[in-house]
Amino acid sequence: MKILVCISNVPDTTSKINFTGDNKEFDKNGVQFVINPWDEYALTRAIELKEAKGGSVTVLNVGEADAEPNIRKALAIGADDAIRVNAHPKDAYFVAQQITAVAKEGGYDMILMGKESIDYNGFQVHNMVGEMLGIPSVTPAFKLDMVDDSTARLEREIEGGKEVVEVKLPFVASAQQPMCEPRIPNMRGIMTARTKPLKVVEPVGGEAKSEYVNYSKPEKKSGVKMIDADNAGELIKLLRNEAKVL
Amino acid sequence: MSVLVFVEGLNGEIKKSSLEAASYGSQVAQAMGTTATAVAIGDVHEEALAKLGEQGISKVLYDADDRLKQFVADAYVKVIAKAAQQENAKVLVFSNSNIGAAVGSKLAVRLNGSLATNVTELPKIEGGSFTVRRGVFSGKAFADVNLSSDVKIIAVKKNSTDIISNGGGTATVEKLSADLAEADFAAAPKETVMQDTDGGVLLPEAEIVVSGGRGLKGPENWHLIEELARELGAATACSKPVSDIGWRPHHEHVGQTGITVSPNLYIAVGISGAIQHLAGVNSSKVIVVINKDPEAPFFKAADYGIVGDALEVVPKLIEAAKALDK
Repeated sequence: MKILVCISNVPDTTSKINFTGDNKEFDKNGVQFVINPWDEYALTRAIELKEAKGGSVTVLNVGEADAEPNIRKALAIGADDAIRVNAHPKDAYFVAQQITAVAKEGGYDMILMGKESIDYNGFQVHNMVGEMLGIPSVTPAFKLDMVDDSTARLEREIEGGKEVVEVKLPFVASAQQPMCEPRIPNMRGIMTARTKPLKVVEPVGGEAKSEYVNYSKPEKKSGVKMIDADNAGELIKLLRNEAKVL
Repeated sequence: MSVLVFVEGLNGEIKKSSLEAASYGSQVAQAMGTTATAVAIGDVHEEALAKLGEQGISKVLYDADDRLKQFVADAYVKVIAKAAQQENAKVLVFSNSNIGAAVGSKLAVRLNGSLATNVTELPKIEGGSFTVRRGVFSGKAFADVNLSSDVKIIAVKKNSTDIISNGGGTATVEKLSADLAEADFAAAPKETVMQDTDGGVLLPEAEIVVSGGRGLKGPENWHLIEELARELGAATACSKPVSDIGWRPHHEHVGQTGITVSPNLYIAVGISGAIQHLAGVNSSKVIVVINKDPEAPFFKAADYGIVGDALEVVPKLIEAAKALDK
């Protein structure tokens, strides 16, 4: 079974978010980048399936060279090889076209990724890739198992419940917790990752369909109003009469 | 040319998030000098559809195919694409739900459109440009995005748009049939399991959320969260540690790798406010934090705070909530 796992290179959750160039660009200065936490679920589950059923796991990133440390980290966690499409990920549509091109070339049985990236919060790419390839996309899935060699059984979340879906290979799925316990690299993994193949390819001539023109930050809270614990009931009155939310 | 809104039903009624999408869509239509049509599928009463007139919808296209009562992305896409073609829709509006955003993404490919999800404000339409604001960096920032294609698809973040109810009149309901084939249902769910909310409120749709953390000390005290939620008409949620140790199911976990909520009121009881938790709740309009540690980081993000033990404070809140005029 050939599995393609798409990962994003994103600012660590604890990063301070700032913008430069007249609020037109994200300021990478001093920001630590990590593998998108949702993608770690997809990556670990792919590796678990490979260990159980055989096959290979290829990691794909659409991004610039500064993503390579995290691509190596994915190899250290247990992926077999990696592909980087050498391009700035302009928007979801652009990224989906790149993934689709790589997927067609490689003939993968399963294309996995996180349900969204924690920087652009799109929840778009997996469904676009499914549509571009004309194969099912099951999103967001929190359980993924093989029923037999050609069929997978997934559980996906819908508002207020869940659905159990069985699909034939190939398919696209996006992962969320509690699909698995994300792994961290061990020393042996880190050593072997250095020599695993990382292929850099140029993007296909895809267009973006949206343009990020400006960024802004939410207004700061005016400060917290403290209420004495002995008089806690006062809070309910404030929520009704002052905040007007009850 | 028109604006098309996809509305989702649940138990015969239209979801609150879809009433928001309808309100958003009709306001866009007004700004563009056109009308808003809704497309509905599956599990929703025709009377509920006609009432979409209050949100400014003039016409509803309804596909009553029984097979659409459960979510099947390919079939839904086909129905909405047909409605879009019939109405010559240039703007499509969805709720930013797991269903709405999924179908919107597929339609962006099929209709060659520009897509923005997690949208928080009405668009700015100036000359030839059409710009929407969307939440990015897990609630820490907004981005203004220019949608350049002829067809624009917008998924509206929950609880970011007021529901309008003065649209006037009743929407006309027309049948729509997309001639669905067996193949459109190839990835249909084998089984759909809805949560038993015990008469309570669904978390993703809730205007008020009462959320508990390890400060509750054990699952045997969870009834305090439930009781306060019941008095306030709220949904219940929890922090990651609480779902990890199994006090509560995973689907109640809000935070970075859980569900994101943006209610009018979020009450956090015994949650310290790690940055991963804040990422899931920071767009809530009013945040209340109850924690026995005065140094808990959550107080910095709060509007109201109480330093005290959850087991002593919450019963007082329940008592005060009971005394409110409902």
